[in-house]
Amino acid sequence: MVDSLIYLAATIVGVAFLLALWRFMAGPTAVDRIIAFDSLTIVSITGIALAALAEGRGIYLDVALVYALLSFLGVIVVARYIERGF
Amino acid sequence: MILLIAMSLLLSLTIVAAAILAIRGGQSLAISILAAGLVSLLASVQFLLLAAPDVAMTEAAIGSGLTTFLFFFVLGRVRGGEHD
Amino acid sequence: MFSLLYLLGAILLVGGAAFLLSGGIGLVRMPDAYNRIQAGTKATTLGTLLTLAGIACLRPDWALKLLLIGLFLLFTNPLSSQVLARAAHRIGVKQAPQTVIDRLEQDLGEKP
Repeated sequence: MVDSLIYLAATIVGVAFLLALWRFMAGPTAVDRIIAFDSLTIVSITGIALAALAEGRGIYLDVALVYALLSFLGVIVVARYIERGF
Repeated sequence: MILLIAMSLLLSLTIVAAAILAIRGGQSLAISILAAGLVSLLASVQFLLLAAPDVAMTEAAIGSGLTTFLFFFVLGRVRGGEHD
Repeated sequence: MFSLLYLLGAILLVGGAAFLLSGGIGLVRMPDAYNRIQAGTKATTLGTLLTLAGIACLRPDWALKLLLIGLFLLFTNPLSSQVLARAAHRIGVKQAPQTVIDRLEQDLGEKP
């Protein structure tokens, strides 16, 4: 029962991942690509949590925490760079 | 099992796409660095799906965090020589 | 089999995934970069929080770690969105033709 639920959620999340990837490849400005990068990272956090639920291993969630930290740090650094070039 | 294989295939596709963007570049060097960071980030998800969480954590922290930060720092310093 | 917690977890999980999908659709369909910032940050944050809450309902022993991830996302994501929007405004990213008002431009014009 839990398995089919995870499959459904993972399919929807995969479609969202592909849409964000399209925006990352095709974004006209740099800001579009940065927001697509942020969105891809957040969708990946959900994917990692679903993989942890599917595998039944709680240690995967630590990696998701590192991801949340890295997403924030990366977006701040890039925004600061395009704003005033360090 | 099917779920992990499907996620792994999707991630491989994404890694190739981001690597192409990192090589060919968008408008600027910053996009290339961002795409290289994305390659590293998704490679660490791939490591995670191969059941190696410690390798994935190291790859995410160093390959994506530290390298991207260092590249942007250096790019900000040497900006006068950039032909764009 | 169908306990209440399981039902709640299922609804939260699929609802969160639907919010993530709506965020992805908004990221593709919105006309300019500022609207894409809204769609790509707010909807994704809500979708991730709902999905984490659903997983916490399905596996109650992971609830503390999931709460930590959710709190961290809730604190940092609006901050990065705001910083990114301000940077986009400062480097002069074009706005959609349907834009009716730009309060930041007005404030910057009034100040000096």
